[in-house]
Amino acid sequence: MAETLLDIRHLRKNYGALAVTDDVSLAVERGELHAIIGPNGAGKTTLIHQVSGMLGSNSGQILFNGEDITHWPMHERVRQGLARSFQITSILPGFSALENVALAVQARSGSSFRFFGNAAHERDLNEPAMECLNIVGLGPRAQVPAGLLSHGEKRQLELAIALATKPKLLLLDEPLAGTGHDDSQRVVETLRRLKGQTTIVLIEHDMDAVFTLADRVSVLVYGRVIATDTPERIRSNAEVRAAYLGEEEVV
Amino acid sequence: MTELAEKQSAPAALPFLRFELAPILIFAAFAAAPAFASASGAEGYVLSLLTRVMIFGLAAMSLDLILGYGALVSFGHAAFFGIGAYGVGILASHGIEDALIQVPVALAASALFALVTGAISLRTKGVYFIMITLAFGQMLFFLATSLAPYGGDDGMTLATRSLLGGSGILENDFAFYWATLICLLAAYALSRAIVASRFGRVLRGTRENATRMEAIGFQPFRYQLAAYVISGMMAGLAGCLLANQAEFISPAFMTWQRSGELIFMVVLGGLGSLHGAIIGAAAFLLLEEFLPEILHAGSFFLNDDIRWRLTENWQMVFGPLLILIVLFVRGGIMGLLRRGHHG
Repeated sequence: MAETLLDIRHLRKNYGALAVTDDVSLAVERGELHAIIGPNGAGKTTLIHQVSGMLGSNSGQILFNGEDITHWPMHERVRQGLARSFQITSILPGFSALENVALAVQARSGSSFRFFGNAAHERDLNEPAMECLNIVGLGPRAQVPAGLLSHGEKRQLELAIALATKPKLLLLDEPLAGTGHDDSQRVVETLRRLKGQTTIVLIEHDMDAVFTLADRVSVLVYGRVIATDTPERIRSNAEVRAAYLGEEEVV
Repeated sequence: MTELAEKQSAPAALPFLRFELAPILIFAAFAAAPAFASASGAEGYVLSLLTRVMIFGLAAMSLDLILGYGALVSFGHAAFFGIGAYGVGILASHGIEDALIQVPVALAASALFALVTGAISLRTKGVYFIMITLAFGQMLFFLATSLAPYGGDDGMTLATRSLLGGSGILENDFAFYWATLICLLAAYALSRAIVASRFGRVLRGTRENATRMEAIGFQPFRYQLAAYVISGMMAGLAGCLLANQAEFISPAFMTWQRSGELIFMVVLGGLGSLHGAIIGAAAFLLLEEFLPEILHAGSFFLNDDIRWRLTENWQMVFGPLLILIVLFVRGGIMGLLRRGHHG
């Protein structure tokens, strides 16, 4: 039952004459881990920005879960089950790790126009938040201010925050960016566990991670999708090798 | 929560308790002050000075709610002072002298003004937000100067203080002092509750990283606007009290200098601690009041002429003093107290 969860149709984004997203069509099926790879400047992050609602699109359509969300604001997309992480770590540095995640739980559970009652002591917020922290392995660091976490831990925290919104689709923008070997192993392990439970779109430069995790891979070059296929076939696709993998192998 | 998490939260509770000492001391001092005022012999003077301190403390605290917790630098907060004061004054001049009517009307007017100007201002950020709140503040200031039936430029003297349920009890300076203290305490308790609540957490989160808040499904604008309205109403209440304390209303209540002073009080006391704003207001007003005398006494070694000039131009010392405090005492007076505890 390959059902399409995210359907991107002929999406465009221009900055003047420069087409950063150039007629991208992409279908992400429910339950799969779909990786998007491409050389630097291929427009991967821009595409994620467009899907998550941080950037508008010049033309084209984005269908999510059967609804046309092309012109929805970001917060409504999140409520519909579309969560994202950021390439450049985006957390609340003055809040504890637990509070960072609890806020995401709060966003989807009940009104936040409550002026009384200490939110920091709400079990209904803290317990699901703690679960998410445990999934990414940050449980023991729950009370540490997020700004004091290591870079790798911040990446994991981003993942926990995204999970706490109970997403149908998780957009991960380079979750391994800047992490050391041990940290990236941990994140890969976490993603492996999430795979199958949640649909994931993964942008990543780490080819080992992409080829071990992904069900399907799309290759983006200069704003165009040049191929979408299984990891094995992408590896042997001549056009892809020429445009992208070739460079890597030379290195 | 895991056992570990609970263990780690235990030491964190200690500084929390320590800081709680500050508000208790502040309110205890305000509660004890009337007794000292009677003993001092200058009862009326001391009471009216401290009442002013509390009124400005209330206004500064209301500003701290959006400035310290929401990073919204409103440069037109004195406008709410004016709305509160003119609400009392205008109703009184039409024969409606009971606070039970005046205060709700003034608060409703403040809320409406905050809702409309906030909905426009909050679409901008940073320095544009500062400028647009300033512009709205000035707009109201010039409106007040043109209100000829209510004194125009010169302002208007109130015949009496507001009645309270028909009784003139507020005419008594002690009663008015206590009423002001109760307002301040209630607003403080309310603000503390708001800051810790779900709503407050969203507000604080937006201050730290608005994009992150949107990415988890919040629409920061709605929360900031609500906070702006609450803050405006509190400042409006301070305006009602100020009109009664001075028994006079004037456009001068809402000049942009007054808005600037309020920001200064908040920064002086320490951003984002609520009671810090009260301390800041107290420090500002008491320095303003006593610095000339302190200078006079402190400059005994100079000749009379220089001494006199120094005292006369006390603001030349006042300004740099404030700047030094803000420059070198990070976190304001509250920051200084906190550091003292650790040291």
